[in-house]
Amino acid sequence: MNPSHSPIPISALPVKAEVRDFNFHYGAFHALKDITMPLCERKVTALIGPSGCGKSTLLRSFNRMHDLYAGNRYGGEIILHPDQTNLLDPRVDPIEVRMRLSMVFQKPNPFPKSIYENVIYGQRVRGVTKRSLLDDKAEEALRAAALWNEVKHRLHDMAFALSGGQQQRLCIARALATDPEILLFDEPTSALDPIVTASIEELITELKEKVTILIVTHNMQQAARVSDFTAYMYLGELIEFGYTDEIFIKPRDKRTEDYITGRFG
Amino acid sequence: MNSSLSDSGVSERLARKASRHVSERVIEAVLFAAAAVSIFVTLAIVFILVRESLSFFQHVSIVDFLTDTQWTPLFDDAHFGIMVLLSGTAVSSMVALAVAIPLGTTIAIFLSEFASQRTREVAKPILELLAGMPTVVFGYFALLFVTPLLQRLIPELPGFNLLSAGLVMGIMIVPIVSSISEDAMRAVPMALREGSYAMGATRLQTAFHVVLPAAVSGVGAAYILGIARAVGETMILAIAAGMQPNLTFDPREPAATITAYIVQVALGDLPHGSIGYQTIFAAGLTLMLFTLTFNILGFWLQRKYRERY
Repeated sequence: MNPSHSPIPISALPVKAEVRDFNFHYGAFHALKDITMPLCERKVTALIGPSGCGKSTLLRSFNRMHDLYAGNRYGGEIILHPDQTNLLDPRVDPIEVRMRLSMVFQKPNPFPKSIYENVIYGQRVRGVTKRSLLDDKAEEALRAAALWNEVKHRLHDMAFALSGGQQQRLCIARALATDPEILLFDEPTSALDPIVTASIEELITELKEKVTILIVTHNMQQAARVSDFTAYMYLGELIEFGYTDEIFIKPRDKRTEDYITGRFG
Repeated sequence: MNSSLSDSGVSERLARKASRHVSERVIEAVLFAAAAVSIFVTLAIVFILVRESLSFFQHVSIVDFLTDTQWTPLFDDAHFGIMVLLSGTAVSSMVALAVAIPLGTTIAIFLSEFASQRTREVAKPILELLAGMPTVVFGYFALLFVTPLLQRLIPELPGFNLLSAGLVMGIMIVPIVSSISEDAMRAVPMALREGSYAMGATRLQTAFHVVLPAAVSGVGAAYILGIARAVGETMILAIAAGMQPNLTFDPREPAATITAYIVQVALGDLPHGSIGYQTIFAAGLTLMLFTLTFNILGFWLQRKYRERY
């Protein structure tokens, strides 16, 4: 974590993605209002806020999950660096976007396939068929998700045979196996017990060596433990964004302070 | 606390509870009776089939029944080779399933994964209308429309044949397969689909690699029901496939199926208790064992591949 006494200005850090003037509507409901924030490269950025504040909506906008459902409208830009692609541009194929960004969901959602086939799913949909390449990818991703030693002897067992925590690490491995530029976590530990949660948090901290991470969490301690930057959202607005240390120790906004100190939420 | 007041309150509540208990037991009994009727009817059918078949097998050995290659129960030189009828049932069912399974599955995937809400709302009832059509209509459709059409492609095709009857039977079964398969696919949680889309998969990849495997037990059940329907279908075959017993595996030939034979014999005036009369029950028992096998197979498959999601 950045020492809080002499922080480098955020604007001086390398940026992986930028949200600019982002607005989102579910039908007539204005769910996100003029969101502008950066995503620093190889850092963990946490989105926190009470239920319904729009943090998951913002996360799911990055990989265009909203395109799957009718009645969602959005405007603004999410620029992915270094090539300056606007992920939200209608001319950009959402499948291309999802090829570059991976996502881990709230509840483990392994596919009804073997452990091996789950991990290499992304490679399969990209048309990779070379066995040696797939094997290497599977091992690399499972190692990165700290699951390799537990499953290396039963790669061809069904994924449902794994425990909840193992399933979630399998989903992380699956997300890593496509070498994503950004990894999106949507409350990845809310369905898991505290011990498993601790192992997933440790994993997230390790993964930021390689990949930029955006995580939605309900758990403020989790945000404090794993993230470098925190964005506090409330009723569809971005109230405060900054170094996690600063947000938690000396928030500038009264509403942030109220939430963090547990006065509501 | 006022004890007398609370006492009366309790006894009142208990009394209400007791009366609820009585009415609940009446409802329970009625529900049990309803369930018992269907079980009783099933058992009664099995009993009659087995009893009549037993007296049939006192005249005809089981070995002859299973190995004879002729089925001529009403001739002077009577033969009772059930394989002759079973081949007709098997061939016509295969033809029907070769139509119904691919077509039904494709329609289910389309309706569940690709069609808009609006398309689904229009298409599904129309499809189900097809299932509600009387089979006698399908029978004449096969005989008078499909067979002449097929004869243009295969000039030597006889007027009665298993191919035409099987094809039309397949069309009849499509809605059964598509409707149940679609329900199974739609029951697959959205979280699984989102997981697949998030990996960069297309709709088609998601449908085939995630939704279909996740719905396999329901889709399997749909296939089993389709098979049972094909094996048990009577009218289309009696009309369009001819009623002459013929041991064949060529769908272009005419042949009688077990069901068509039963209809044929039942239309005649066989004396009660004669050997010809008893063949109906022996053939019926065979058919029942045939469908039972598929049901057990389906049940086993469903348990084996049941998905927990």
